[in-house]
Parts: sequence; C-alpha cells; structure tokens
Amino acid sequence: MSLRRPAKDQPENFEFNSASLEAAKNIIAQYPEGKQQSAVMPLLYIAQRQNNNWIPLAAMKYIAKFLDMPYIKVYEVATFYSMYNLSPVGKYFIQVCTTTPCMIRGANKLVEACREKISENENELSQDKSCSWMEVECLGACVNAPMMQINDEYYEDLDKEKTLEILDKILKGQTPKPGSYRGRINNEPENNRKTLMDFKNA
Amino acid sequence: MSQKIIEKHLWILKMLKDKDRIFQNLYNDLGSDITSSQKRGDWVNTKDLIDKGREWIIEEIKTSQLRGRGGAGFPTGLKWSFAPKKVGSRPHYLVVNGDESEPGTCKDRDILRFEPHKLIEGCLISAYAVQAHVCYIYIRGEYFVDGQKLQNAINEAYEKKLIGKNASGTGWDLDIYIHYGAGAYICGEETALLESLEGKKGQPRLKPPFPALIGLYGCPTILNNVETIAVVPTILRRGGKWFASIGREKNTGTKIFCISGNVNNPCNVEEEMNIPLKELIEVHAGGVIGGWDNLQAVIPGGSSMPLIPKDKCETLTMDFDTLTAEKSGLGTAGVVVINKDQDIIKCMARIARFYKHESCGQCTPCREGSGWMWRMLERMAKGEASKDEVEMLEDVTKQIEGHTICAFGEGAAWPVQGLLRHFKNEIKKRNKFDPIVKENKNIPYLVDQHLLDKNA
Repeated sequence: MSLRRPAKDQPENFEFNSASLEAAKNIIAQYPEGKQQSAVMPLLYIAQRQNNNWIPLAAMKYIAKFLDMPYIKVYEVATFYSMYNLSPVGKYFIQVCTTTPCMIRGANKLVEACREKISENENELSQDKSCSWMEVECLGACVNAPMMQINDEYYEDLDKEKTLEILDKILKGQTPKPGSYRGRINNEPENNRKTLMDFKNA
Repeated sequence: MSQKIIEKHLWILKMLKDKDRIFQNLYNDLGSDITSSQKRGDWVNTKDLIDKGREWIIEEIKTSQLRGRGGAGFPTGLKWSFAPKKVGSRPHYLVVNGDESEPGTCKDRDILRFEPHKLIEGCLISAYAVQAHVCYIYIRGEYFVDGQKLQNAINEAYEKKLIGKNASGTGWDLDIYIHYGAGAYICGEETALLESLEGKKGQPRLKPPFPALIGLYGCPTILNNVETIAVVPTILRRGGKWFASIGREKNTGTKIFCISGNVNNPCNVEEEMNIPLKELIEVHAGGVIGGWDNLQAVIPGGSSMPLIPKDKCETLTMDFDTLTAEKSGLGTAGVVVINKDQDIIKCMARIARFYKHESCGQCTPCREGSGWMWRMLERMAKGEASKDEVEMLEDVTKQIEGHTICAFGEGAAWPVQGLLRHFKNEIKKRNKFDPIVKENKNIPYLVDQHLLDKNA
C-alpha cells in the first residue's frame, strides 16, 4: 500500500465552474437512479482538471454534497487511487514507469534524466514551478519500454538522450510529440514484421 | 547455420495464416474508424447473428472452447450460462474489464485504440446473450487517450444506430458507457472492479456469491476481459468449430502475445495458442539480446506468473494447460524476457515492490507479507541477507498464498516462489551471513515499513 497525504496548504473553497458542472451532470446520467455514488471517480477527475491537476479537501467536500454521500467516503476513494493528486503537481506532470519490464530496458536512465532536468527528488517542483516528476508502477506499455507519461500522453521507446530532449522542450513550454521515439509504428516489431504483411503501409 | 535458416523457414510455413488473425488492424495499418472497420467485416451481419438467439450464441461460444483472456482462463461460454435465464426484478449488467495493469501486458490498449468496433460489436452480442441493456467498459485511468478513441467509436456506433435503442435493428436496446479507473492494479480483479464502479475503494469482495448472480449494484453481472469480448463477433461469424480448430484441445484459438524485455524487437503479435515460446521470441521478437544462449529466464504470462528458466524455454509451448503443468501460467500472455545481463533477484525484487505498492490492504497476509517479501528481496539482491532468510522467504510466500480474499495474494507470492524454485542457489551464493540471532549483526531485520517506504 502506498501512503498518500493531502497537502498542508488547502484552499478554503471549491466549486465546479459551469463547464465542469455540465460534464458532471452528464456523467451522473450514465449510472442508474439512486446510484449516483458511482460518479465519484469521474467527478474527482473533473475537479482535478479544473484545479490545476490536484484535488483539495474542499473539492472532496463539495463532491460529497453534490452526490449526497458522506465526505469520508469521497476521502477514502481519493486517497485510495494513486492517480488523484492530493497536493499540487507541476503543470507538466511526468510519470516514469520503473516496473520490471521497463527497468530491464533502462528506466533508471529516464529517472536520472528527470533528476538532472527537473528536480533532485520526486514530487518536487522544478525551478520554474512548471514540472514535477515521479516514479510510477506499470503504465501498460511494456512493449514500448522504457516509457513515461506526461499529463495524458505516452512517450515510448526512450533512452536518456531522448528523454533529456523531451524535458528540454517541456521546460521551454512546448509540447513534444507523443508516441514512439524510435520511429516505429505502434506496437509492431521494428524492421522484423512477419504478420499482416498485406496491409503494411496500405 | 543452414540448419537454423531451414528451421526459420519451417516456422514461417507453419505460422498462423494472416486470414485467420482476428485483429487485422493490430498495428493500425488500416484505420480504426467505422468505415474501415466495416470494410474488415465488423458490423456486417450483426442482426443475423443475434436473430439466431441467445442459446445458439452461447452454444457456439462453448463449442469454440474460448477461455477468458484476462488471466484466469475461465471458459467464457460457461460463465455466460451462469447468468439467470429470466430477468427478474433486478436488471442484468455486462461489464468489460479493460483495467490492464499487469506488468508485461499491453494487449487491451491496442484493441481499445485500433479495433474499438470489434469490442463494441462484441459488447452488443454478449449483452444480448446475457440479457443486459447496460454495458460498462472499465478502462484504467492512464489509458485516457486510448479511452477517448474508444469513446469516439462508441459515438460513431450510436450515430449509425448500431447501438442505443433498437441496436442494429435487432430490437435490443444497449447503452455503453466508459468508466475510468484511477491507477489501482487491484481493480483488475473482478469484484474490486465492481466496488470501484460503485464508487468505493477497490477492495475485492468475498466469493461466493459470484458476480453472475450478485454483482454490480447487487444485480446479475457478467464480467469479461476486453480481448474476450472483442473476439466474440469473429467466432460467431466463422463458427465455433473454426476457432476450436486453432491451437489444441481446451486451449483453442488465437491470442495476442506481448513480448517485452530483453529482445531485439519487442512487439505485440496475434498468434495461435500453443505456439512454441522459442518461436515467439526468435521469429516475432527478433531473438534475445545477445543471442539465445544469453537468455536467463522468461516470465510467460505477466508479472504474477512464476518465471521459467532457460533450459525449459527450449521446448515450452504457450497455452494454459502446458504452463500450469510447468507450475507457471499463461495469465495475460505478457511474455517478459530476461537475459543474463540482468540481475534476476533485482528483477523479482522490483516485481515484489510493485505488489507491495498495489496491495489494497484489506487482508493482513497480503498487506504485510507483500512488503516483507520486497524488503527481504531487496536485501538479498544486495547480499545483505542471512542464510536462514531464504527459507523464511519461502515460508512467507506460503503464508500469503491461499490466505487472502482475492487472487492478488497468489499473484504476489508466485513470482517469488518461482525465483526460489529456480534460482535458490544464486540467492544462497550471494547471501552468506550467519543468522542474526547467532551473530548479532547490525542488519535492519524487521524494519517497520514506514522507514523504508519512500512515499512516507
């Protein structure tokens, strides 16, 4: 189990803006009547997106009222799942996968690159406060190892040089292109394809 | 050398024919939108298939001997037949498990982003077979971008009236919704997934009752993996017998294998069940880095399956029953190749750390044991453990296995047991300290977790 604590500095209030409110209502409609508690996970995501990629306690209280459920149940969910950030992270939030399949292909080099470019320790903001990074468990792109996730996008087939390049771009405020950084197409065996040949480049 | 070339050509001759591959767009050569999907045969005669009735659908799936692709390998037709025959006061639900988080596995992601219409059509047919009007697809939160691609495909299907009210003109109503997870591996366990879908922490429920009778919101619920549901339409079109003719008895059909780790060309490939492991690695993945002789071990089915040492990899075939006989398992078919450049104890210590991180904390043996195993393995990798701890580690794995609510306990214990089964000498060679009570050495022996937990 991982230990997760809410941030010390918490804003007083939180309220959905109109776009979030509409999205939340659409989501609640996906679940049967009286089962609106199901919407707590999507609503936490909405709150996180609205609030610079982290969830303050006030948002949990707001969502609890919104869904007519006890605050502690929302707190339980928000602290259980690792993708809800309970303290501020950078505008660019970098997650480096270091589980075995990535590890044996050199994920530690990616971690080194993050230490050099962003911050010495995990979950620490970079000097310009725009980035933070952390090691995470398997992100489910093992065939494209080693890889990292920046906000929603996957950056695959990396090595240290390419990671440094990507991080440089991000620190300059640009958004690098997601996908493979060895130029391969999706999950096909590079230069060694033996199947579905008729469709190749069709 | 020439022998090798002949062998390679033989493999290509014996290889599964392209026309028998279900996921024709696995590498996205053709586009995943509805028009190109229809060109590949999706949604062509869905109404005819459904008109043949639910008994026919379930019988055909039973004939195909399709086994669940999520890891446990439970016969799909049998699972569907557990759903109540008549809908009572409680509605039925279909839930598709796309919470793919097993290290070494990345097959569902390709189905979600490149073959979404196979999945959606499969949802319609399966929902009809188990009499569900609502289907939830649970996708891991990290696959947000891929989930959006699936959402686009769902929107396309609604627009063309393929799903929704009177889906595809069959008279059956079906709504499909996506629910995103949020980074909890345990939510891939079916009852934890249901808890999560109900808006709670993902902690597994006791079974029985099984979800087929009491599942989502206490209603009958059929849960299947993304790949299982996505192959259903093709099986029905080409017949259960066709599917059963591929592979071998009780281990039939095709399967997406993910080959990662120390190979020259890591890739996803759809191949027939019972394919030799060596063929997967040598032909599709371009061989082990440093040559076959540099192979150390293979994890055959995602991180929770015990590893298999090189000498057995020579002749091993990849299906459920063969691998169970080898005291491992096919699991999700995520093949992780580890060569001799890697420290095998360190690799397993990292897997143990994964399980420590992902344990939901509900059952004591797993919550405490997973961290204990990780700390022991970390020290063993550094050579800081004492001699007697090797036996102790084995004992800990046995204390976890079978003593937990869900199969996570086994998933955490098995890889360590696999390491002990095949690499015990390696550990003993490296760890030569006398037991701590004898020598009173200053080794952090039973450290509290918070001292080592880097997130604390």
